[in-house]
Amino acid sequence: MNKHLQLETDSQGITWLHFDHAESAVNILSLEAMQELDETLDELEATLPKGLIILSDKKNGFIAGADVESFRSGMHRREAEEHIRRVHVLYNRVEALPFPTLCLIHGFCLGGGLELAFACDYRVTRDDESTRLAFPEVRLGIFPGYGGSVRSIERIGAFQAMKLMLSGRSINGRQAKKMGLVDQTVPQRQMRDTAISFIENQPVVRVASWSQRLLNSLPARHLLSPMFVKETAKHAKRDHYPAPYALIDHWKAHGGDRAAMLDSEATEVSRLLTGETSQNLIRVFFLQERMKSLGSHVQFKPQHLHVVGGGIMGGDIAAWCAMKGMRVTLQDREAKYLTQAMGRAHQLFKRKLRSKRLITAAMDRLIPDPKGYGVGQADVAIEAIFEDLETKQQLFQSLESQLKPEAIMATNTSSIPLEDIAEGLNNPQRLIGLHFFNPVAKMQLVEVVHGTQTDPALIDKGAAFVRRVDRLPLPVKSSPGFLVNRILMPYLLEAMSLIDEGVPAPAVDRAAVDFGMPMGPVELADAVGLDICLAVARKLAPLFDLTIPRKLEQLVVDKKLLGKKTGQGFYRYEKGRLQREKIDSQYQPPADLADRMIFRLLNESVACLREGVVEDADLLDAGVIFGTGYAPFRGGPMHTIYSGGLEQQHHQLEILEQRHGGKFHPDSGWTQLGEVLDVIIRRGRSRREKQDVRWGRKRKQ
Amino acid sequence: MSKKSTAARAVYVVDGSRTPFLKALGKPGDFRASDLAVGAGRPLLLRQPFGPEQLDEVILGCIAPGVDEANIARIVALRLGCGDKVPAWTVQRNCASGMQAVDSAALDISTGRANLVLAGGTEAMSHHPILLNQRMVAWLADWNRAKSFTARGRQLAALRPHHFQLIIALMRGLTDPLVGLSMGQTAEKLAWRFNIDRESMDRFALRSHQRLADAQDNGRLDEIEPIYNQAGQLFESDDGLRREGTLEKMAKLKPAFDRPVGRVTAGNSAQITDGAAMLLLASEEAVERHGLPVLGKVIDSHWSALDPSQMGLGPVHAMGQLLKRQKMQGEEIDYWEINEAFATQVLACQAAWQDKDYMQQEVGLDALPSPIPDDRLNVDGGAVGIGHPVGASGARLILHLLKTLQQNNAKRGIASLCIGGGQGGAMLLEAQS
Repeated sequence: MNKHLQLETDSQGITWLHFDHAESAVNILSLEAMQELDETLDELEATLPKGLIILSDKKNGFIAGADVESFRSGMHRREAEEHIRRVHVLYNRVEALPFPTLCLIHGFCLGGGLELAFACDYRVTRDDESTRLAFPEVRLGIFPGYGGSVRSIERIGAFQAMKLMLSGRSINGRQAKKMGLVDQTVPQRQMRDTAISFIENQPVVRVASWSQRLLNSLPARHLLSPMFVKETAKHAKRDHYPAPYALIDHWKAHGGDRAAMLDSEATEVSRLLTGETSQNLIRVFFLQERMKSLGSHVQFKPQHLHVVGGGIMGGDIAAWCAMKGMRVTLQDREAKYLTQAMGRAHQLFKRKLRSKRLITAAMDRLIPDPKGYGVGQADVAIEAIFEDLETKQQLFQSLESQLKPEAIMATNTSSIPLEDIAEGLNNPQRLIGLHFFNPVAKMQLVEVVHGTQTDPALIDKGAAFVRRVDRLPLPVKSSPGFLVNRILMPYLLEAMSLIDEGVPAPAVDRAAVDFGMPMGPVELADAVGLDICLAVARKLAPLFDLTIPRKLEQLVVDKKLLGKKTGQGFYRYEKGRLQREKIDSQYQPPADLADRMIFRLLNESVACLREGVVEDADLLDAGVIFGTGYAPFRGGPMHTIYSGGLEQQHHQLEILEQRHGGKFHPDSGWTQLGEVLDVIIRRGRSRREKQDVRWGRKRKQ
Repeated sequence: MSKKSTAARAVYVVDGSRTPFLKALGKPGDFRASDLAVGAGRPLLLRQPFGPEQLDEVILGCIAPGVDEANIARIVALRLGCGDKVPAWTVQRNCASGMQAVDSAALDISTGRANLVLAGGTEAMSHHPILLNQRMVAWLADWNRAKSFTARGRQLAALRPHHFQLIIALMRGLTDPLVGLSMGQTAEKLAWRFNIDRESMDRFALRSHQRLADAQDNGRLDEIEPIYNQAGQLFESDDGLRREGTLEKMAKLKPAFDRPVGRVTAGNSAQITDGAAMLLLASEEAVERHGLPVLGKVIDSHWSALDPSQMGLGPVHAMGQLLKRQKMQGEEIDYWEINEAFATQVLACQAAWQDKDYMQQEVGLDALPSPIPDDRLNVDGGAVGIGHPVGASGARLILHLLKTLQQNNAKRGIASLCIGGGQGGAMLLEAQS
């Protein structure tokens, strides 16, 4: 009796292989499932049915890929390589079955799942929005290793296959059909009959066309690979993200030779998988999963959101949530203050939804509501008006009297303590913070802020709402700057004081980007708006003993140059595009340039952890990665500290203090980090032990 | 004392909203008919204490929904979030389609079939299509059948200029196909019959604009909800209003229908406009269950028909019969709304209303009703200034009449429209005291 896979033969003699992974919400290619597949193949090879159709009994999708958990730290490279080679044998057996085989795909079909589909003769997908196919491996610092890099190229040609594998991008059934990645995409009602007709009629198995195959020849590979390298370099540096480059090299070297490709997959993917980048990215993946699970246990299904404040933040929050299926009312003092928000919303929908039908539906859900009719119907109300305590207090008093008693009241403030805003409410415990970041459509993180007055149960409800609109919730304590702004600010200010000291802005930014930041701090400040930076800095400066850089004040106060939005800040912009000046080739930046910025950030992270702004180091890392873009391959600030060696990092900070003064004085939290580290090590060890059991069982056979 | 309703159960108008009425500028406007109805319906439903899915049905009047808007009421119901289970249907009685929708809703409530009904009208006249003529359609069919090169060549050779003549649906819709007159020409006929001169028409039209301006300035049009186009541009008020109009300017306009000697001009006719008006109707049971505020009651309504070439007199027939059934003389009516399809047509109605012969012979009323006072008729302007989105106007008149009654602590009013094809519709309404 199988646990995960069930065979069923219908009256026509076709065998259906149902995949329904036990004890998991999604189908994953766990070692157990692989083992069962292995045994199932024995049976199929003996019984020789008329055809085989592989399908998932999970509602949400086909196969989500390999069991990433089993790839976490503790696996040795040899083990990984052995595992990959075993899967190669397994998928080769699927491919060699002497009768027609087909994967019937709905929902997500990712990584190892897609590689299995490639090993079959035919692929049929369900034609709807939930069907997504992708090779997300590069996002975990590896590339497809279950024969995917070989078979995808054989099926759809090197150009399309490489682009899919390099980007990690997901496509729907229609796009997949167009690429030739699947043979047919049909509505749900036609799936079964279509699958059967493929088995009955056995059309010629699709392979790449001769022109596509030409691109896989040695000369073409030598021509194409520099192109792929160039395109990849736009998104990821080789030093930081080796996987896509390794994939290009792997293909360039072995593209035409199947055996060599498979062999190279095994050695390369296992090398990447056990490397630091991949392990950090896998850790980030799990941090993200942890955030996704926050609030999942509460029964809160918000349908209607009311947003007060039609400015950029309020308008964009409203538009985003409407796009994600909520009914949203957007209020401002008068109808005319909503024009920008409505126009921007339509732009967003057009860009993201594309189909006219979906755009109309989203526009119908987003209701301009100058008179505030929506308050009484709202399950969540978010305030996003200008930062003025008294106005906010009045607004919440009026909202409180109109809202349903069970509705969440939230402020998007970034600088006013929740406790102050809640003053004067009948039920101050009802107020939480939902702090979105700009631009809302890009920034995944939302800080779910709780004040001392907040009912703790609301943190989970807040998180549930954030998940409902497909963002990542981070519960934080209401303290100045919360987590993200607080940690970001010393880093930004240090970058600007470097400019005060005469370091050119491009050099400052380059140092940060070389470290792995998605964008330099100076460019970031320009993009956010220097007036906003200065306002936040002024709020936080007295509290955290920050010095406000001269140049920042000059630009904002004297020259009214506010960054990208005014066409000039630290940089100059033409039509919204940054005009970067070349750094003088003679120029030698200070040796500790990057350290000065990063260590301010790390030190502030330690302070936040000590103060309990977030619950633990993992959530801090997750918050900083998803809230600021902090180099994911480094696994977050706390992880940077631990992996760099706690002692050494602390020492480095002391050296900076000697050189540059008190702003680098190590936070008192550093002394407690040893204990935290112990906990982490213990946790890691127990996880490893758990894994050893699983791998051990595998090894016994 | 309340007048007796013919209804078995009382029919309440709970609330209503409309969009601003937007002048058609030759090319398709920013809003389709369903967009307009959604724009009016969303705020209306939002401020109710029940969810849209609790409606029993949605009824909309619309003469020419877009090609993607068949049974537009159902489309609007779904877009308003009523869910799969609220039925919806569309009615068409030309210029009175919006009133027909309210009448149909009232009937369903009075018979006990429904308790909560969303009813109204919508029209995007700027979206009325331009069609290929029949000969072109036939030619295209033949072209599709012609497969060989020579057959296709023969088809191409058969093309003539007349194949390319387009049909402007809006113009056809405003022309009576049986008597061969445009609506404007039927108005000219009334002007001729009742001796209404150009200056009276222009004066009436000017007053319509002035009254609308006054209503806008003094906040008497709070039933209008703002709408935004895709670029975020805001529309808040009826944009057909001409504040700077004068008699001299109006006198300069050329006749639009009977050239060169006619009297009806673009200035003293209703404007071609896009807009929607929506009302929420409820039974007593629903009013109590949800604790709904009440704007007024639908007491009775009547539909009449007459010579299509004098369709403008339809209100006289419908209102006359309605008063007769209600055993009223007219002085019980505090406010009147007669749709201003044409200035001359309303003036002709007022004249016929006091014409003993006409009332006796054509309407069948023995005694003359009391006159319709100017200061109680279309007090906040009419279609000449506001515009006449044909499917929506009936609902707009009902809604605004109830608002007028409420604002003036008045009791009773009649809303009426003339209907292309030779009909009239009238509805008797009472404010909730």
